[in-house]
Amino acid sequence: MKVTLSWLREFAPDIDGDPVELCETLSALGLAVEEMDVVGEIVDGVVLAKVLDLRPHPDADKIQLVDVDQGDGQPLQVCCGAFNMSVGDLVPFATIGTVMPNGMEIAQRELRGQTSNGMCCSGAEIGLTSDEDGILILNDRVVDGAELGQQLASAIGVEPDILWDLEVNANRPDAMSVAGVARDLAAVLGVEFRFPDYEITTADESVDGLLDIVVDDPTLCGRFVATVLRNVTVGESPVWMQERLIQLGMRPINSIVDISNYVMLELGQPNHTFDLGTVPNGKLTVRRAKDGETLVTLDEVERSLKSNDGVICAESGEIVSLAGVMGGASTEISDSTTDVLVEMAWWDPPSISRTVKRLNLPSEASTRFRRGADYGENIVRAMHRFIQLVAESGVTAVAGLVDVPGKTPDRSPVTVRVAKINGLLGTSLSAAEMVAHIEPIGFECGNVSDETIEVVIPTWRWDTTTETDIAEEVGRMFGYENIERTVPKGEDAGGLSQYQKDRRLVREVLTGVGCDETLPMPFLAPGDLAKAGLPEDGVSLTNPLHAEESILRTSLLPGQLKAIAYNQSHRNPDVRFFEIDHVFLPSGEGDPLPDEREYLAVALAGEEAPAAVAILDLLDRALALPNLQLKTDRVAGLHPTRAAEVVVAGRPRGYVGEVDPAVLEAYGVDGRVAWLELDLGALLDGPHGNRKYRPVSKFPSSDIDLAFVLTDDVAASQVEASLRKGGGDLLVGLELFDVYRGQGVDEGSRSLAYRLRFQAKDRTLTDDEVGQARQSCIDQVAKKTGASLRA
Amino acid sequence: MSSASLTADLDAVLADANVRLAAAVDLDAVSALDAEFLGKKSAVTAAKKQLGQLDPADRKEVGQAINAARTTLEAEVAAARDRLAAGARQAQYEAERLDLSERLNEVRRGSLHLNTQARDRLEDVFVCMGFTVAEGPEVETAWYNFEALNIPEWHPARGSFDTIFVNLGEPEEVMLRSHTSPVQIRTMENTEPPIYIVAPGRTFRTDTADATHLPAFNQIEGLVIDRGITLGDLHGTIEAFVHAFFGGDVKTRLRPSYFPFTEPSAEFDISRDDGSWLELGGCGMVHPNVLHNCGIDPEQWQGFAFGFGIDRLAVMRYELDDIRELVNNDVRFLRQF
Repeated sequence: MKVTLSWLREFAPDIDGDPVELCETLSALGLAVEEMDVVGEIVDGVVLAKVLDLRPHPDADKIQLVDVDQGDGQPLQVCCGAFNMSVGDLVPFATIGTVMPNGMEIAQRELRGQTSNGMCCSGAEIGLTSDEDGILILNDRVVDGAELGQQLASAIGVEPDILWDLEVNANRPDAMSVAGVARDLAAVLGVEFRFPDYEITTADESVDGLLDIVVDDPTLCGRFVATVLRNVTVGESPVWMQERLIQLGMRPINSIVDISNYVMLELGQPNHTFDLGTVPNGKLTVRRAKDGETLVTLDEVERSLKSNDGVICAESGEIVSLAGVMGGASTEISDSTTDVLVEMAWWDPPSISRTVKRLNLPSEASTRFRRGADYGENIVRAMHRFIQLVAESGVTAVAGLVDVPGKTPDRSPVTVRVAKINGLLGTSLSAAEMVAHIEPIGFECGNVSDETIEVVIPTWRWDTTTETDIAEEVGRMFGYENIERTVPKGEDAGGLSQYQKDRRLVREVLTGVGCDETLPMPFLAPGDLAKAGLPEDGVSLTNPLHAEESILRTSLLPGQLKAIAYNQSHRNPDVRFFEIDHVFLPSGEGDPLPDEREYLAVALAGEEAPAAVAILDLLDRALALPNLQLKTDRVAGLHPTRAAEVVVAGRPRGYVGEVDPAVLEAYGVDGRVAWLELDLGALLDGPHGNRKYRPVSKFPSSDIDLAFVLTDDVAASQVEASLRKGGGDLLVGLELFDVYRGQGVDEGSRSLAYRLRFQAKDRTLTDDEVGQARQSCIDQVAKKTGASLRA
Repeated sequence: MSSASLTADLDAVLADANVRLAAAVDLDAVSALDAEFLGKKSAVTAAKKQLGQLDPADRKEVGQAINAARTTLEAEVAAARDRLAAGARQAQYEAERLDLSERLNEVRRGSLHLNTQARDRLEDVFVCMGFTVAEGPEVETAWYNFEALNIPEWHPARGSFDTIFVNLGEPEEVMLRSHTSPVQIRTMENTEPPIYIVAPGRTFRTDTADATHLPAFNQIEGLVIDRGITLGDLHGTIEAFVHAFFGGDVKTRLRPSYFPFTEPSAEFDISRDDGSWLELGGCGMVHPNVLHNCGIDPEQWQGFAFGFGIDRLAVMRYELDDIRELVNNDVRFLRQF
């Protein structure tokens, strides 16, 4: 909402002060100033001049030569690119030496051999109007007694004004008007606020019998006020009104539309005009639409309506207006209109909101109705203001108003507790002080005691209904800045959960081995999952911004592959990435939401599967996972012979290995990618981190090396399990130190060499004991895997 | 054998040893000389054996001379060893000289994402202020994202959230959360007051990605529900946070505003170095309808909530000129932090 200082002063003449300080005051009221401008300022040197002669430029088509009188009675030649002037017109004239608002200094110039001694100006060039086409003609604008050569500002009676663009919150319908902003500002500045008396003269003819207004749905329409205007001629509105509309961001259209908008901006009451000639018998009925009814709105679009929509229909039942949202084309004012029906109504905010949203038809009017327009005397005030303004162009209104009541909000007093308000705000105001804060903004207070106040909420605050709402008003007028700041102390200590601590630990481990954390957005393009060899069961979005961002990921793999491909295309082939973020698996039975989980992914570009296993082992040690096992398996998206399921304490928790080369090719990734993806949420919610103390033995240990030959279908983990079983408690160390294929080992087999360390807690092992343990290990491996000791 | 000739022999041995030890070029040579001058067949050992044949009157004096010679020889051998060991060590040092600025196979540490760094810093400040950290799903129902937050279906504020909806359930029933406030609702539904939480996480809007917008971005919200919590407590808490996070000389102010889920509502600003104000986030006293929706009695409990963007803090701190860098995952960007 934009307001100007001069317009505010029409309601509160004593508003004064430094404009920057007034900005702060407005912000502290909750009317944040988004922008402040000085408008109506005309630079010195621009004077009133008169066109004496117009003639073509001998050597140019797009400019003409103009003689102007700038006050000395002498013709002064200028070259001008506009052609809208006539001899005798009064125009703004920038004399030589004038510095224009855009910084240009006017100088004597030669234009194709002709001298130009100044510049005739458009409205935009002097910052007075937004009109850039043609020279501003001032014949009807000059004040009485103005003289040629006079500084323009005084010649046309323009004074600099301050314009504020305010951010008005949805709970402040009153501040969607100049008067409403003035009321707030006057209250906090402690100056008088009043509405002017709009004196109107009307025709002898009464409105009685001219109109027949029926409100069928009193919830939809809380009040319908109407009158009739006679002798309407549609022309241009006065320049002062156009200027104000332009300043507040509206485009002047014609005298009737401009007045309609002016009244809405000034008093916050949207209104609508019908060509009375198109409304048989002046009969209008307010009702809800029936599903499927249609209306061609003012913008010539046929709208299909639904049963919630509020409509106004004619005697025939034909819908002629979408109530509070947009009028119909069939009853629109035209050049041939002579009689006009003016409607000012109060519409139910939720109903208007639903219609606006469904038809996507926001407007200045509907924005005010959605927030709750004033359902009190302001409707009649606005009607009077309308009649007063049209009278200036010779239009007469008939006497009296049609005023049909519907249902408006309950205005019974709300009892507020002084202690509750102080308790919410952290203040210690007395009842009387609270009253003094809110009465100036229209909250009527009665039955004031030390404990309670009965408050009648003003009709222009539809959203305000409760004790808490009133507390906000007290706080707002008292000033949030005046409330003492305190810090509450809860009884419990703060802290991260174990899950959150462990997640940070995982991040530290991964950055410690050179992995950079990535955070791609969670959206995928259709086909991304299939390209990664994964099922296409991602949940789709209803209103995605792009098709490439229309699916929610079920795996972190596609996002990581895209990130790797991006970096490879920027000459960074070997990245180590990790990501901890949400994936969205298909919903469980009866669950309205996807099965959302937090996953961890590690992607090592240019590395092979064992690198990913090594990282898994690091995490295993960092988190003390119970019984981590790798189960060789076919895994969607991963290399068929280089992948395993990660099993922790018997439960599947993810996959490790290498990305399928076919998938890499589909994503344009070069080289190999070692891959680890874990259901981190399940992993960290499951048992882990249990570390037990084992006393360090004080007795010597014995090391033994064993090499086994085993076929490729036997996993090293099977051998290791057998060795551990065979060695029992005495086996305190086990390390694979060599893998050998080649001469001396059969094709399809390999040799695994282990170093075993035996040690007892309570004694030095004898050679016999070590020998027995060694044999037990060999036997166990042979029994479980069929592997023999390498010769 | 006379005592005089024995003494003379010892003097000759000492002189000989002195010359030859000084000439020794390696430790092996010193060991050989050690054996020769101090071993079983050495002159000193032989002299000792001959001691018994001497005149008893001379024995004491000669014995002392032999011992003195042995001590001298031992010291000289040890000195020769030390001299040569030091030389050998020095030679080793010279042979093993390395240029430590030759860096092959550099080990680099990975970087935490800027969002994570900012989030961790925020969490740490609030944890010190007695808060715990709550999390929740990114896909939500209309109840958690809107209705429980006092934003009914017709409310104009719903439109202003520019919600991204998900094709699950009835139309516009399931959505990507437009704020982390649903976590507040879930916490209040499941926890008895007092409640002191912050809820960081990703949120979504139908914003086309450009230099200053992303459709997915990160927020942190705080919620306190306790007895007798006031608007003054809200401002005091925000001030304490701002001092801890941005520095003690940064000022804060609250301006009245409107959110359906708080009443009274405010925007909070922080002061810039030049004295102007920067709008950081929104806040307010939790609306009684919201408390009621979560089964909390508004007559017994009051509270406040606040929220602001995390990405923006990272953008401000590092003066990023394009917020899309936060989701591009370009190592040239990631590794700077």
